[in-house]
Amino acid sequence: MSASDRMVDTERGVVSREIFVNDGIFADELEKLFARAWLFVGHESQVANPGDFLASRMGGESVILCRDKQRQIHVLLNTCRHRGMKVCRYDEGNTPLFSCPYHNWSYATDGRLVGVPQHRELYPDLDRSQWSLIEVPHMVNYKGTIWASWDKDAPEFKDHLDQVLDCRDGREGGSEVFGGIHKWIIPANWKFAAENFCGDTYHNPSHRSVDLIGIGPSARSGDSGRRDNEYRGGQHVWVSHAAGHGTHSVWMPPDQGYVESFRENKVVEEYFRHCFYERQRRLGDKARLLPLTGTIFPNTSYHGRQPRNLCVWHPVSATETEIWRFFLVDADAPGEVKDLLRHYYMRYSGPAGMTEQDDMENWNYATAASRGTIARRYPYNYQQSLGRVQRDAPVPGTVSLQVTEESARGFYASWQRFLDGAPWDALIGRPPARRGAGDAAREAAD
Amino acid sequence: MSETRDLAYFRLKEDVEELLYAEADLLDQRRFSEWLDLLADDLHYFMPMRRNVAFGTHAERENTRAGRDISWFDEDRWTLSKRVDQIMTGIHWAEEPLSRLCHIVTNIRLLAARPSPAAASAIEVGSRFLVYQNRVETETAIFVGRRSDLWRRPAPADRAGWRLARREILLEQNVLLAKNLTTFF
Repeated sequence: MSASDRMVDTERGVVSREIFVNDGIFADELEKLFARAWLFVGHESQVANPGDFLASRMGGESVILCRDKQRQIHVLLNTCRHRGMKVCRYDEGNTPLFSCPYHNWSYATDGRLVGVPQHRELYPDLDRSQWSLIEVPHMVNYKGTIWASWDKDAPEFKDHLDQVLDCRDGREGGSEVFGGIHKWIIPANWKFAAENFCGDTYHNPSHRSVDLIGIGPSARSGDSGRRDNEYRGGQHVWVSHAAGHGTHSVWMPPDQGYVESFRENKVVEEYFRHCFYERQRRLGDKARLLPLTGTIFPNTSYHGRQPRNLCVWHPVSATETEIWRFFLVDADAPGEVKDLLRHYYMRYSGPAGMTEQDDMENWNYATAASRGTIARRYPYNYQQSLGRVQRDAPVPGTVSLQVTEESARGFYASWQRFLDGAPWDALIGRPPARRGAGDAAREAAD
Repeated sequence: MSETRDLAYFRLKEDVEELLYAEADLLDQRRFSEWLDLLADDLHYFMPMRRNVAFGTHAERENTRAGRDISWFDEDRWTLSKRVDQIMTGIHWAEEPLSRLCHIVTNIRLLAARPSPAAASAIEVGSRFLVYQNRVETETAIFVGRRSDLWRRPAPADRAGWRLARREILLEQNVLLAKNLTTFF
């Protein structure tokens, strides 16, 4: 029996406080969840040229995202095979080799061990091909975003990021990441943040201060709120996906015209107006779905439009999270658009962001309050809109049309399945493959 | 500063030190709107992120770039006034209850005075800061770094006329060690 048994009951809608503070459960998460699930590593635009590298993280560990001489992208564990020292101690750069500072074993940008000092005398029989940097068994480039899994049996990566990564005018892909990744550490369990982005629309009161003063793209024209209200007249849809992802989008009326936004700069306003109609033309009925926020299980979240970014909640300990935020923009957008968005992103998100500062205050103090001996005896309430769901309408998945914690329940149900060591079919909501007669025979022979 | 260190230089330096200390008082005494009054309308307030990069690539890669990259701050007076407005709502939970702050400003250097120390209407000033932040019960953050300022005044005779036109803040951290940046530097 593992420490996480009976911590999550999504039918009753209760979750134990224990999972936000317990060190044993945290160790289980690293072993059973982060070592299996697809994790976000970085963006291809951050390693555009051969030899470019970016130090990133997967779970609690340092990895190198790099592009080799043949332009192939790799994700490598950042630890020397000889004695473990980090072979890359820089956040980013360009290099032909990763050389370990300890004994100078050197690796090519595809991870191959290419240099071992005095190898003829000291390691006459060393088969260097067996001592490459440890590479993820699965990596995928999804519309420019790089994802990896440490589980060789992981199924194909599927996600719900189309509307986030595609160009504002509906062209596929075409986004890039601004230089500069926000990195900071907060005293909170990573799941509070991931859960919040799944579709916790109920927490709007936290942001009343920023909504009162107005920091949106048209705030200089006197608008209040933290974003321009391009969702006006739409039906909010909260979707809990079988694999644990949660998304919050808005399903716009079929005849919805452009809602004027980004009003403080003519070039920017025209760009988004053009993009709106161009996207409708390209995507047809699909263009009615405008993304707001979401979490790709387990620890990558997004803001889909205003602002637009990917955020990774890296687990440090049960009560500490290192946050990395990557800000997205159309690579071919005019300079004025990039400039206005960059400023808007900085005042909205991250530790200096007027919206997110108040989010963190909640996650931090919720974590602290989960620690109490008495407090831990009382689970949290996840019963909001329990049972108020419909299937696959107007979009695929378990859909709620009112403010709900269904996505949080789905997130924790997936979390529990990972910690129970469930097979991939169960983890992604796929019916088990039909067993042939041969399977039983093979099992009998094992 | 290459000019002769004459009496005009030392008088100006004394004024600059008083200016920076008075500014620190405004922030620590939570007189935020008076602090905003010290900022020029065209202020550029910039705090880059700092990266670990290979020897020899620091000039090119160490700091995020103003006007191009995402930084901790790369903003103007309007944005700073919004930050003050937010604190003044009384429901900005990351600053409610308000932090206790102490700005220690030191290593003040007068780097340039234009056109001259005796008739300066624009000055470049370097300083170091140690900002101690304590809030709620035991939360503490310490920020240490360097500032490069440009201050301007309409006329050399206007000793109270200095307005901050540019401030670059180099915080000596890579991963931010504070949970947020609700303070002004």
